[in-house]
Amino acid sequence: MKDIDRKTFAKELERLRKGSISRRDFLNRTGLGFATAVMASGMGIGSGLLSGTAHAAAKNIGDRVSLATWPNYHDTMNFDAFAKATGASVQVNVFGSNEEMLAKLQAGGSGWDVFVPTNYTITTYTDLDLIEPLDLSKIPNFKADSYEKRFMEPGIVDGKVYAVPKNWGTTGIVFNSKRIKAMTSWKEFFDVTQGYGSGGTIVHDYQLTTIGNALKSFGYSFNSVDEKELADAEKLLIDCKPHLYAITSDYQPALRNGDAWMSMCWTGDGSQLHRDMPEMQYILGKEGGELWSDFFAIPKSAENKEAAYALINYLLDPKVNEREVLAHGYPSGDNRVDALLPPEMLKDPIMYPAAELLNALEFGAAATLVDPNRAELMARFKSA
Amino acid sequence: MSSINLIGGSRMTRFLMLLPATLWFVILLLLPIAAIVVFSVGERGPAGGFVPAFTLEHYGNLGARWAAFKNTLTLAPLGTFGCLIIAYPLAYFLAIHTSRWKSFLLTLVIIPFWTSFLIRTYAWIYILGGKGLPSFLEFLGFDYMRMLNTPGAITVGIIYGYLPLMVFPIYVTLERLDKRLLEASHDLGAGKIATFFRVTIPLSLPGIITGSMLVFILLMGEFLIPAILGGGKVFFVGNALVDLFLQSRNWPFGAAIAMSLVVLMLITIGVYLKLVGRFHDKQALSAM
Repeated sequence: MKDIDRKTFAKELERLRKGSISRRDFLNRTGLGFATAVMASGMGIGSGLLSGTAHAAAKNIGDRVSLATWPNYHDTMNFDAFAKATGASVQVNVFGSNEEMLAKLQAGGSGWDVFVPTNYTITTYTDLDLIEPLDLSKIPNFKADSYEKRFMEPGIVDGKVYAVPKNWGTTGIVFNSKRIKAMTSWKEFFDVTQGYGSGGTIVHDYQLTTIGNALKSFGYSFNSVDEKELADAEKLLIDCKPHLYAITSDYQPALRNGDAWMSMCWTGDGSQLHRDMPEMQYILGKEGGELWSDFFAIPKSAENKEAAYALINYLLDPKVNEREVLAHGYPSGDNRVDALLPPEMLKDPIMYPAAELLNALEFGAAATLVDPNRAELMARFKSA
Repeated sequence: MSSINLIGGSRMTRFLMLLPATLWFVILLLLPIAAIVVFSVGERGPAGGFVPAFTLEHYGNLGARWAAFKNTLTLAPLGTFGCLIIAYPLAYFLAIHTSRWKSFLLTLVIIPFWTSFLIRTYAWIYILGGKGLPSFLEFLGFDYMRMLNTPGAITVGIIYGYLPLMVFPIYVTLERLDKRLLEASHDLGAGKIATFFRVTIPLSLPGIITGSMLVFILLMGEFLIPAILGGGKVFFVGNALVDLFLQSRNWPFGAAIAMSLVVLMLITIGVYLKLVGRFHDKQALSAM
């Protein structure tokens, strides 16, 4: 193994995170190769292996654990380290929407051991009897009092903890300031789309946010199911459709290569885009919009429950979680993790928006997600 | 007694011999279709999914996805025709004009199948995206053109993705075509063009039919290409189905659309075969 000092390693690691070198390149440069995980743990990078999950390593948890999660939402080196320590390799399934996750789980045979539902879906999962209360004794790294109440509450149903918080975030607007003038509202987002920004806008392929944000531009509730209000939102969306670049929740590639200039955007995508291209600005609409929190939960049908608990516990280890946050740019909500983050990150308005903007936001509601009229509206918009 | 006894089978052996085929037929064809029919007359559960019931409202509501049917019924035949126009000369060249390079060229047609269809379609995002072909054309002095997320991009994706399925059946019939018939045609005074249209094409009709059906049937259910290369703005029946099953989880309505698609496909294919049959008969008559 090549000799490499801690500083160089940290620098290369930072470059890897910023995406300026590929992962294989990184391993070559640092001379780590497959020894990465072992060495990393020695350097304090994999401390989770030594503390929180040490007991899991001793126990046989099987050779795999299947995780259903969202795009760009993990530091893959953490998975490698987990596999190295426990012998269970993490199989990652990436999803585009909560409905899709729900549909897979509802249909049965998903094969997942851990998944990442968003706040407004959890009561649906408990109603359908698809998840079970967590055995918190198997997640010693979870400390309820280190979280803000509003980001933890949705995981608790009838006093029982069904899910523990992963990250929270907002749904705002990302725009390329080289093409689009600074804006502050959802109304401007839709005006610019139909005006000088025509042809460069992306909206999510997700009724909750696309319809919700269109509703916000009129000043209505993000969760409205009112007929008249939905009709206004539908007209706006259909008027915008010829001016859209795409209807997709995978908006980073088009923004990065300059084909699109503006998009509805989740916190972490905003962080990642801004980190790599400073001209990418992330803002929240002043009318309000969505505040959300994601959770870890274990499906009733999970085959590797021990491994599922071990993985959740590992990812909630503050040191591990810190690396997750550095990689994906979503706040963890865990004040033990915040204490480890670089201070300038805690001042980042993308991850930690000003209180008055944050307080204008609403959590998505369970009824919004399953509302048949909103689903049909989205279909009419997409087929228009 | 029945004719089966003539070959020496008892009731039991007859049963056993029919069993595998019957099971295959029931499990893989009848049961899934029955499930779709049952779903299609049920009701959507409060959190999505399916609740048993009997209602025809979902069939009555098909008009709500009219745009999806219209897009599919325009682009599927267009895509099939596009594939045919490009695949035929290629198959013809492979079958008739090459000898030494044949197996090598055939391998080239197969190689794309070694990679996932999804990945190959994604590759087109970069070819048609702003930094791909459009910027190359701009470099050559053309005006900047948006290619990705247009119906044109979908058509290119369709033809690219489905071409091999059209090439192979046509290649096989042309390969087996008795070359002496072509010589006979020449000897009897037909020119190259007349021979091609009056001998080669009619004789390769089975390949054309098989290829067109393969491409057309798969295209009617296509959803990936419009989602990826059309930017989600062009909605096929396949996309409507994906959304209904995976997004709004309205299984009954999805099942009703799926059933209608099956019926629609049977009708279209029936009409197509009828037309081709008529063409074939005409050829046979004029050849007499």
